[in-house]
Amino acid sequence: MNTRGPSRERSVGFGIESTAHTLGMALVSAQGEILINLKDVYAAPAGKGIHPREAAQHHCEGMPKMLRKIINGSAFSLDEVAFIAFSAGPGLGPVLRTGATFARALALWLDIPLVPVHHAIAHIELASLLTGAVDPLVLLVSGGHTSIAAFGDGFWRVYGETEDITLGNLLDVFAREAGLSFPGGAVIEALAEKGRRYLDLPYVVKGNDVSYSGLLTAALKKIHAGNRIEDVCFSLQEVAFSMLTEAMERALAHTEKTEVLLTGGVAANKRLQTMIQSISQEHDARFYAVPKEYSGDCGAQIAWTGMLAYERGVSIDVERSFVKPKWRLDRVRIPWR
Amino acid sequence: MLIKKGAEANLYVEDWYGLTVVKKARIRKAYRLRQIDYEIRRSRTVHEAQLLHDAKRAGVPTPMIYFIDVNRAFIVMEYVEGSRVKELLNTLPRTPRRRLCREIGGLIGKLHRRGIIHGDLTTSNMIQGTRERVFFIDFGLAEYSMEVEKRGVDLHLMKRALDSTHYAHAAECFNSIMDGYSLEVGRTTCTDVVTRVKAIAKRGRYSVK
Repeated sequence: MNTRGPSRERSVGFGIESTAHTLGMALVSAQGEILINLKDVYAAPAGKGIHPREAAQHHCEGMPKMLRKIINGSAFSLDEVAFIAFSAGPGLGPVLRTGATFARALALWLDIPLVPVHHAIAHIELASLLTGAVDPLVLLVSGGHTSIAAFGDGFWRVYGETEDITLGNLLDVFAREAGLSFPGGAVIEALAEKGRRYLDLPYVVKGNDVSYSGLLTAALKKIHAGNRIEDVCFSLQEVAFSMLTEAMERALAHTEKTEVLLTGGVAANKRLQTMIQSISQEHDARFYAVPKEYSGDCGAQIAWTGMLAYERGVSIDVERSFVKPKWRLDRVRIPWR
Repeated sequence: MLIKKGAEANLYVEDWYGLTVVKKARIRKAYRLRQIDYEIRRSRTVHEAQLLHDAKRAGVPTPMIYFIDVNRAFIVMEYVEGSRVKELLNTLPRTPRRRLCREIGGLIGKLHRRGIIHGDLTTSNMIQGTRERVFFIDFGLAEYSMEVEKRGVDLHLMKRALDSTHYAHAAECFNSIMDGYSLEVGRTTCTDVVTRVKAIAKRGRYSVK
């Protein structure tokens, strides 16, 4: 069993994010103040996707430096840390294992509990903390997720999701194949603002679900056919976001929730925000979007969700702290909501 | 009088030459580009009218259509008196709940046998009317297909609606639906579709393989 250390009051939560490109470490207080939030993002070579082993190597080298920065460069001491939270999944296996290894070592060294955190739930919890949303219908859009979820009876319930690739994935792969830089979302958004002509692209909504793989292929064909990149980016965004907004509106009409929360990396996109805000107003629901600087992956999401879990007694023995690369968000029992 | 704002359309209850009717108006969606918006509203209005009608021929109760205006994207149809299965299902004791689910499964089977895919099978889109007849409404996302894939997606959506909205009895309800479905389409087809439903769930992110 995990035991508390003997030293002074331990009230700060330490979180390690390591699921994909981003290595993050953060400290949060029990009141939800983000005390430190450090980030180091692995950049894949131009024209290439993320290589799991390379990303793991990047994080492996970055972690001791980041920890040293926290110890030496901040007002906080590790004696104040009550627990170590880590992203246990979902994500890339090698990257998850690297972060988990570091987390386990820290927890053992400091003799404090180790708290496993689900990365997607962490996106939702941090956004809830920062926006004040209480019981929202959530749209989580990132490289790893495209999910419409709401909380009910101990679990997040998924009302809709992508049936193949995620929205973040659609944008990243399109950007990569079209020779744009990573991360694709911001570049596509900037180009789309200069787009004028709408090019017909497949719009695939299945109930509250969307499917993006056909859209990706069709958009790339438009590029190869010699259309202006600005027009393709514009059309791609319009179709991809409209599909999701329609699915979201259907879920909103079905669940009759009074709050809407947009979170995850793609939540930073202004056009998507405008669309989701529009349907929220139509249904008299309050619209919240995660602040841009916390939309992407970061340590703070893990530290804060770890705090919520820790306060409800959630922790895991090091021997059993396996990572879960395919952990679904509707499989996690939530004792704090 | 506006009774429901949906993702597809606004529903109004109106008096229409002495009949109480529902006017389903596919209003312009402000978030959508005009080109995308117009095409969706127009084509879904036409489609829905056709499929509502065809569903009846398959033996599935649907509202009667009185009038269609394609350019202004609205349909005037019968007002179905009754309760939404969304609210009803969670209040029923086990036996009638199972009976209702088997009935729903049978109706889905009838649609599929006739080559109709509903496209948005949720309990919000089913109404139990008089004499326990279950009406299917909202055929806006419906299409014609005999493909196992489309049938699988249809039931995948049904399953997820149960998992998210009726989680207390989701598995039982889905099993009853599949029992009713099987009686309608036959064991072999049912097995093929169930296998596909599982495959579709696995295609999504982070599914347990």
